[in-house]
Amino acid sequence: MSEHYYKPDHLKSFGAISEGAPELGKKFFEYYAAVFAAGALTEREKALIALAVAHTVQCPYCIDAYTTESLQKGADLEQMTEAVHVACAIRGGASLVHGMQMKEHAEKVGM
Amino acid sequence: MTDSPSPVRLPASTLSSRRVPLANPSEQLARLEASTAGRATFLEMLRGAGWPDLTPARLEIFQVNLGKLCNMTCRHCHVDAGPDRSEAMMTRQTVDACLRALDQTPAHTVDITGGAPELHPEFRYLVEAARARNKHVIDRCNLSVLLLARNAGLAEWLADREVEIVASLPHYRQRNTDAQRGDGAFEKSIAALRVLNSAGYGLGKPGRVLSLMTNPAGAFLAPSQSDVEGEWKIALKRDFGVTFDRLLALNNMPISRFLEWLVDSGNLDSYMARLIDAFNPGAVAGVMCRNTISVSWDGRLYDCDFNQMLDLDAETDVGAMSIESFDFEQWQRRSVVTRAHCFGCTAGAGSSCGGSTA
Repeated sequence: MSEHYYKPDHLKSFGAISEGAPELGKKFFEYYAAVFAAGALTEREKALIALAVAHTVQCPYCIDAYTTESLQKGADLEQMTEAVHVACAIRGGASLVHGMQMKEHAEKVGM
Repeated sequence: MTDSPSPVRLPASTLSSRRVPLANPSEQLARLEASTAGRATFLEMLRGAGWPDLTPARLEIFQVNLGKLCNMTCRHCHVDAGPDRSEAMMTRQTVDACLRALDQTPAHTVDITGGAPELHPEFRYLVEAARARNKHVIDRCNLSVLLLARNAGLAEWLADREVEIVASLPHYRQRNTDAQRGDGAFEKSIAALRVLNSAGYGLGKPGRVLSLMTNPAGAFLAPSQSDVEGEWKIALKRDFGVTFDRLLALNNMPISRFLEWLVDSGNLDSYMARLIDAFNPGAVAGVMCRNTISVSWDGRLYDCDFNQMLDLDAETDVGAMSIESFDFEQWQRRSVVTRAHCFGCTAGAGSSCGGSTA
């Protein structure tokens, strides 16, 4: 058992995850690289989406990696903070919109 | 991953005035060497990429560093320039030696830097002499210097002589610019850009070229200049009504005051690893040391302005060469002196005084 669940070095050695399933690892990393290449969206747009999603899935590796990546694609603190607020709003909104179910049920069982 | 993040704000003063160990180039080189121990050296990486040696290409740029005097004290300055550096100023005699050397070379461009070169008493003399030789002239300008009373009318004077302005502006928003160049720098930069626009610069006219140079406000690589140029043009026009012609993106070199910030903020090792990991063989051919001669205020010759700041004299068959003894044939036969900081020029899209190289 590790003393810590998250180790910064794990990001650098992420590729080693392929050892147990080389073919799947190869496919994953090729797919991953293709996803982040410029296409209909720019590399920066993809980095900012990844940054927002990283906050939603609360992955510390991804937060560090896509903070740096967003900066290197020319995004700044204002843009990155707005991206995180988008994640925050969707998370908060997702909770709140479920309140409609609560409200409907409360109305059904209430007088 | 972040190794030990801390929002370090160094005092806005030169290493030289504080007499700190990092003011000494040999201390800077020792730090870089320690930080990259166990990794391949720059020369080994070059060889792995098919470059047995870094040799000169056609000489195109004659870069003159007039001195370290500057009205600003930016946190990332690779020159350790500042208002207290008036001891380092090129003499008229050395300027004349530069012009004699220039006449030996096929260089088409005279690139004038500092410090703030516009503060130098021989600046206008050098510009006139270079233009008289029909050379393209670049003034590496910090923008705020144009607002000083002594420089009233300088923008028009430069425009009349068709001098290209390469102006430093880290970002089109205030936060990043002030973080790197000091509080109030952004506002002054915008005011100076308006002065330049009024003088005809940045309006798409040949002979009135205004280039902006951005480098990251932190320990990460510069963005692709072609990817962000359009956004910069839109934002500066929309928010401030100013225009420019082209954007150049430059990586921060891990030397001088930027090195001090890297050390103090705990970012040095991760930044060096980032530069090495991003080594791009395709960026090697265009590195500036291959097409540039760099002359220091005291007439010594270097492969580039960064080597100049590290006291890494160019090595020719006759050893270190001064501008007084310049010999073009010998200059072209040298190999470029490299150390770990050189990874700054080959990382990602590559980086040079002319922007990306790949």
